[in-house]
Amino acid sequence: MVESISNNVIDLQNVTKQYVKETVLHNVSFNVRPGECVVLVGHNGAGKTSLMKLMLGLTRPTSGRVNVLGDNPANRDAVGRRKALGYLPESVSFYEAMSGREVLEFYASLKGVKKSECDHLLELVNLHKAANRRVGTYSKGMRQRLGLAQAILGNPQLLFLDEPTTGLDPLLRQHFYALIDDLHQAGATSIISSHALSEVEARANRFIIMKSGKLIASGTLDDLYQQANLPVRFKIAVTPGEAVNVAERLGSQVDIQNVNNETINLQCILPEKMPLIRHITSMGEVVQDIQIMQPRLDEVYRHFMHGDAL
Amino acid sequence: MKMLWIIALKELKDGMRNRWIAASIILLATLAIALSLLGSAPTGSLKASPMDITVISLTSLSVYLIPLIALILSFDALVGEFERGTMMLLLTYPVSRWQVIMGKFLGHLLILFIAIFVGYGGAIVLLTLFSGGSAEGWQAYAMMMFTSLLLGAVFIALGYLISVLVKERATAAGSAIGLWLAFVVLYDLLLFGLLLLDKEQLISQQLFSGLMMLSPTDSYRILNLSMFEGVSQASGIAGIAVESGINSTVLFGLILLWIIAPLSATLFVFLRREL
Repeated sequence: MVESISNNVIDLQNVTKQYVKETVLHNVSFNVRPGECVVLVGHNGAGKTSLMKLMLGLTRPTSGRVNVLGDNPANRDAVGRRKALGYLPESVSFYEAMSGREVLEFYASLKGVKKSECDHLLELVNLHKAANRRVGTYSKGMRQRLGLAQAILGNPQLLFLDEPTTGLDPLLRQHFYALIDDLHQAGATSIISSHALSEVEARANRFIIMKSGKLIASGTLDDLYQQANLPVRFKIAVTPGEAVNVAERLGSQVDIQNVNNETINLQCILPEKMPLIRHITSMGEVVQDIQIMQPRLDEVYRHFMHGDAL
Repeated sequence: MKMLWIIALKELKDGMRNRWIAASIILLATLAIALSLLGSAPTGSLKASPMDITVISLTSLSVYLIPLIALILSFDALVGEFERGTMMLLLTYPVSRWQVIMGKFLGHLLILFIAIFVGYGGAIVLLTLFSGGSAEGWQAYAMMMFTSLLLGAVFIALGYLISVLVKERATAAGSAIGLWLAFVVLYDLLLFGLLLLDKEQLISQQLFSGLMMLSPTDSYRILNLSMFEGVSQASGIAGIAVESGINSTVLFGLILLWIIAPLSATLFVFLRREL
């Protein structure tokens, strides 16, 4: 146990955060291992940003323990460790009167990063042409890109990205995830909060689902499927006219949704998936094609949001 | 120390960019020149040097202007960054909260220094080219510039305290105006009102000058009008300070206290603040 704590980049134990009027986090515990990409999902006001602020040391928990990069991030001596952090706040804002380059150079100097890196970063986020314009004249997307550039200044070990792709066009989104992938290749850990479930589905190692300040589920996508116990759907194509026949041979464990001349739609629970596939393939040439549809993250999410998981 | 400079230089650049420095220099220089040109008229009959007259008129003017400039620089310094959200991002960088405050203070002090040094300094250089100056006159003038910077520092610190306490920029602006009125106008009015009401003369001279010294603007005024003989004679305030036992060390001490106390209070609040 002690060993696992020291290995974790982030460790939250029974964290509760209360403000005068409301409790924004209830007894939240989780940890993040080096190199992981963890995605926080949840409705607006679920506590994602509050969690990030705690992990960044901007606020202190009312009770519980927060540990980031080996120590309490709200301690005075945590200041030096912030060199290894990168943060992109939700709806980021900058000093409007400064140019994009000046803003980035200001942050670079605070982090002790060479100014020459700024030009490279500006090019990376495709802002080099607008670098000398005042940030006040930037569009939402441009600000977001500048925000991203400052977050990855000095190749941080730990990245906090709050809704990083809002305001980015599809091409830039791909570009953005490629950048994050590069940082992961270099060993970085990242915490991303996002509403764009389809985007983050394939990229995250782990998901943490928040609802009204409570952590209601966490784990890999597979863990979450199992916890949610959502069915796997099959679409089977058979030789024309054989559908009813095949459907009868499938047995009673499967839930057959509909059968027509040459296709069968059915679903089964996750543990039944492999036995069912073996059974279907053993039927021989009559089965022409199988499509297996795993539940998607948004279905899992919907399940936890409305479900009886509480 | 490096962090302080990074923050300070950013504030300085901001000051240059939004032309605050330029505007302040022009304002201070124009008024200094105008006042000393006007002031040189009566010198013949009073036998006071034009430089001394300039110090007196500029002191009376600076009491109003310097706090105003300082408050305009500082009222927005913290609340503006809270409101826009730039403070949150800044504090995730390897800079501590005290460094943010002290860096800003250093930067704003630099802006004020440049405005005073170039505005008042430029004006007096120009004037002495025509009318000549005396060693004591220069000293008094240099002291006036230095104490103006201190007075500015007082109101920068007070502006920060407002800025860290209120929730909105508009409230900060309103409070800054209120603070300016209180220190620059109302306090003195109140004191004189007290004197007028005091028919039995319960208020001794000591008590009165003590009450005056409580206000940093009055401390500034007394310092400049009484420290140098030429100036104090011309301003007619000569005997007062000496008689009531006010010495310049105490006045400097009080002004410094007016800088340190609000700065410390600002730090105290800011270090505990949740963002």
